Amino acid sequence: MSNTAISVSDLSKKYDDRLAVSHINFEVPLGTVCGFVGPNGSGKTTTMRMLLGLITPTTGQGHILGEPIEHPEKYLSSVGAMIEGPAFYPALSGYENLMVLAKLGGFPTERVQQLLEKVGLGDRGKSKYKTYSLGMKQRLGIAAALLPEPKLLMLDEPTNGLDPEGIQEVRALLRDLANEGTTVFVSSHLLSELEIISDYIVMLRKGEIVFAGPIGDLMAQQQPTIIAKSLQHSDLQKIVEIAEAAGHHAVIRNDSVHVLAEMDWAPVLNKAAFDAGITLAQLAPQLPNLEETFFEMTGDK
Amino acid sequence: MFNVVNAELRKLRRPTLFLGTMGSALFFTGLITSFVYLMIDSPQGNGDRGRTISREVLGLASGSVNSFASVGGFLGIIALCVFAAQTAQEYTYGTLRNLLIREPGRLKILIGKLISMMLFALVMITIAAVVSIALSYFLAPGAEVNTELWFTSDGLNAIFTTFINVSISVFAFGIVGMILGLLLRSPISAISFGVLWLLIVENLLIAVKNSLQNWLPGAQLSTIATGGAIDVSYKHALGVGGMYVAIGALIASILFVRRDVAN
Repeated sequence: MSNTAISVSDLSKKYDDRLAVSHINFEVPLGTVCGFVGPNGSGKTTTMRMLLGLITPTTGQGHILGEPIEHPEKYLSSVGAMIEGPAFYPALSGYENLMVLAKLGGFPTERVQQLLEKVGLGDRGKSKYKTYSLGMKQRLGIAAALLPEPKLLMLDEPTNGLDPEGIQEVRALLRDLANEGTTVFVSSHLLSELEIISDYIVMLRKGEIVFAGPIGDLMAQQQPTIIAKSLQHSDLQKIVEIAEAAGHHAVIRNDSVHVLAEMDWAPVLNKAAFDAGITLAQLAPQLPNLEETFFEMTGDK
Repeated sequence: MFNVVNAELRKLRRPTLFLGTMGSALFFTGLITSFVYLMIDSPQGNGDRGRTISREVLGLASGSVNSFASVGGFLGIIALCVFAAQTAQEYTYGTLRNLLIREPGRLKILIGKLISMMLFALVMITIAAVVSIALSYFLAPGAEVNTELWFTSDGLNAIFTTFINVSISVFAFGIVGMILGLLLRSPISAISFGVLWLLIVENLLIAVKNSLQNWLPGAQLSTIATGGAIDVSYKHALGVGGMYVAIGALIASILFVRRDVAN
């Protein structure tokens, strides 16, 4: 059996003249948590829909759990998904909504109450869906995705509308599922969340892949930054000049100087600043986080 | 397929939908049946489009289901609304994607939905039949209608035949609703188009050109319920009505199977 949960090759989707997804290629290994990131309209949801057999690709191939995406009936019984937010019948309770899906998929109905408890809706299961808050709807969507005890879980913005506690719970849940062997493919605009839980990252911009691979490889590609702050604000420009004289790009941002340099250059900068009569109030090496990396790679900020 | 039917029935049994639909069916059944007997001597007539249903006709073996057959068209419109709403709401709520993720066989979803809604309609038809026959039996003495032949073997045969005809008609109206739901993907649009066409447009067209009642879909399906009319034979109505439903169902099924689910 293949060791990839998702593999996509030359996959495209064209709507009239607009290319929503353009010849993308990526793989997601089994048992990993893979973050799927990209600005709004970059093609994330379209890609997920193609992987779930909801829309037909214009070109290319894809495989889910080793089965071709042209035959979703071969793999969807092992896949849980929540695409573009939760969608349920407003007049039915959370419990009844899950029962409809459990009956449809032929899953044991005892799982419904267990899953409601698992996502924190145990005491609100009998309330109508239309009375739920956004966070509760999101939790119900996650419960629905977990109904088949999935080998692959695909979630589109699962933390939308959740409070910090809820976000933390979802993060822990996804990590637990991955530890149990479930592959998690999750999109989110909260890049800090994805950075914490993801092993793998697929970055999309305007329908094209910007990066796909282990998150460690992505961060290693990024140049670290040294942040220097002087006691006197007027000395910041002098620090920029010292850095540029040594061949490093530097900018003043938020009352500090950001120097693109390896971490071991920090002592050199410290000494040069001292020699120039500048007292540094702060000197800290900093690796770029996923958000900064994302904006740098996509050029959106 | 069984899973789809089972899942759909859970949606259809919710009290507001079930009781609301059965209530509407009972209201129209009671209203039309009462009219037939209470207005029996009215110069404006006591039947469809001002026709008169005489004591002699009501006293025949088929008299017990005469009102029920007239209710068929209304039950059909109720079925059209329910089938259209239950189908189109999957698009407006975005729940179609959930269904297709759990059951990717699109034709299975479609046929399962249809079977479950037909079962729902069958309950409605049965309740309407029982109420209409019981009410007719209760109102007949007051209207001086003889009921001696109603429960003879011919009478029971008429009840059975009318039940089948009304069921065919109601199912066909329901399928038209489902087709509209699939094509228009909005409950409001599907129901308003269907009801306006059947209740207003067809009647206007028939008023302008009477021969159109041989060819318009709603007229054919209503005629099936009554087992044929003076101007349109049962076989003709069944053939033309069946053709409309079959062509519509084929187009809607192909679209449903092939169309991207992008909402």
